[in-house]
Amino acid sequence: MTTTHNSEEHFLNISRIDMEFPTPSGSFTALKDVDIQIKQGEFISLIGHSGCGKSTVLNIVAGIHQATKGGVLLKNKEVNEPGPERAVVFQNHSLLPWLTSYQNVELAVDQVFRKTMTKAEKKDWIEHNLKLVHMDHAMHKRPDEISGGMKQRVGIARALAMQPEVLLMDEPFGALDALTRAHMQDSLMEIQKELNNTVIMITHDVDEAVLLSDRIVMMTNGPEATIGEILEVNLPHPRNRLALAENPEYNRLRSAVLKFLYEKQRKVEVIPTTTTAEEDQEKTPNVA
Amino acid sequence: MSLTTATINRLTVNEKIMKTLKGVLNTVSNALLLPAVGIAIFLALWSITAQSIHTSLGEFPGPNAVVKQFSTLYDEHIAERKKAEAFYERQEKRNAKKLEKNPDAVVKIRAYTGKETFVDQIFTSLVTVTSGFLVAAIIAIPLGIWMGLSAKLNSAMNPIVQIFKPVSPLAWLPLVTMVVSALYVSDDPLVSKSFLTSLITVSLCSLWPMVINTSIGVSSIDSDLLNVSKVLRLPTLTHIKKIVLPASVPMIFTGMRLSFGVAWMVLIAAEMLAQNPGLGKFVWDEFQNGSSNSLARIMAAVIVIGFIGFLLDRIMLMLQRKVSWDKSSATV
Repeated sequence: MTTTHNSEEHFLNISRIDMEFPTPSGSFTALKDVDIQIKQGEFISLIGHSGCGKSTVLNIVAGIHQATKGGVLLKNKEVNEPGPERAVVFQNHSLLPWLTSYQNVELAVDQVFRKTMTKAEKKDWIEHNLKLVHMDHAMHKRPDEISGGMKQRVGIARALAMQPEVLLMDEPFGALDALTRAHMQDSLMEIQKELNNTVIMITHDVDEAVLLSDRIVMMTNGPEATIGEILEVNLPHPRNRLALAENPEYNRLRSAVLKFLYEKQRKVEVIPTTTTAEEDQEKTPNVA
Repeated sequence: MSLTTATINRLTVNEKIMKTLKGVLNTVSNALLLPAVGIAIFLALWSITAQSIHTSLGEFPGPNAVVKQFSTLYDEHIAERKKAEAFYERQEKRNAKKLEKNPDAVVKIRAYTGKETFVDQIFTSLVTVTSGFLVAAIIAIPLGIWMGLSAKLNSAMNPIVQIFKPVSPLAWLPLVTMVVSALYVSDDPLVSKSFLTSLITVSLCSLWPMVINTSIGVSSIDSDLLNVSKVLRLPTLTHIKKIVLPASVPMIFTGMRLSFGVAWMVLIAAEMLAQNPGLGKFVWDEFQNGSSNSLARIMAAVIVIGFIGFLLDRIMLMLQRKVSWDKSSATV
């Protein structure tokens, strides 16, 4: 019993990662001793100020970057290159602009299931995934013919179609307007209920983190950024954003994150005189 | 009250019609009228200036003389074709007679060896430039892709590309001529030496814009798209076919258009010196001929050369629009 629990506990083990980047003026330590163990089916949010290395953590799990020290174990196997079992939803959708939604998903399906699926099965699987994100009506449209939210949906469908063991999302809804974002969050919860994926999501949005996650990992400011606190979110599923607004537990969690970000990790930056208020706003997480 | 609304409505409708009319007029004047005015002014200046230039071959030809030479060139072409037809007809008759006398006789059809007409020369030039361009493309595009993928190869190749890019075809030509003469020895040559020399010279000069543009196109692919390929673990060939090639098609085509322009310019010079029977040779022969019509005939060739160059560019642009996903890159 203990062993199963243990292996479940260590489904994805991000073990004591350091990350140093070489710069002309010596090496820059972006991450120091980042250590998280993630269970299968868990939804983790990474939150922190800009430049704290959230994306670096995600890129190391994806295998795009290599940690200087420590490492990532997925099902007890070391991660050292990118692969479809750790699908990534990129911040700016990164769909191939010359392919339709269908073809973008097809590229992934053809590669991942080239030996295990027949042509007809692949077609069904592609259409199933596009339906899952409610994009079946625009399957044969190219990225420049659909809206930003729709592009992000196709990006999610492409990632889901790889049937990944871990889904990595780098601010997937960051570039969307508030209404579309809320809509996408609901969609994601719906998909998550059905598939129960293991997800790591980077976000700037405190509400988004509380609404979607099982645990919120809050990172300290860089350099030498590391995990400051981990917050368990024990709100029952399915979650409803309207009902939660009145929920005291939700509000407690929300203010805990806000406190971490604006009291404990208050970004003390020497703001150059040329920096405008708007630019400064961009650097701080979205509270609204 | 309703009357005034109606009047206002009518007014706005009238305004709308006026606006559309103005728009149409604007388009017409931009697309037709202004170019026509430009050409008219050019022709007027040309004929005035031409009259005051006296050369050893007579007055510099004005537009009228050139137009006259166009029709002469066409007549010569028709006459030459008739001659050729008659030549073959005569042979056939003679052979038929021979066979009548002796059914076992060996008969031959000899090829007509009359001189190429202006139209033949245009055709030869087009074949030569296209062949030279295709040879260059077959080398340049794979090389450019490879250079774009590998920063090391790019650094290694860059000085060579930069040094050879500005070299004039006239500098290459003697070398190419000698090399072709030395290496292309055959009793029954598939193509003439002059054709091969011109082709290689065209290739050597039109290679570089394609190499440079392709390698830039490939090396500047969005890193997110490359990450997609990495996450999918696409094998190298699939990666090139599915990601690299389509992503860099707009830049490759820009390079191809530039190269085709260079190829056409280089061709005329190459044909002149290599004596490949194309437009370049036509110009050279007329210059050597030195008749009172020569300048007008050369001027006619100049106009044809310009016009064909323009058409070739348009064809490349059409191709680019057809093939490229990024329509905004395919602009004039």
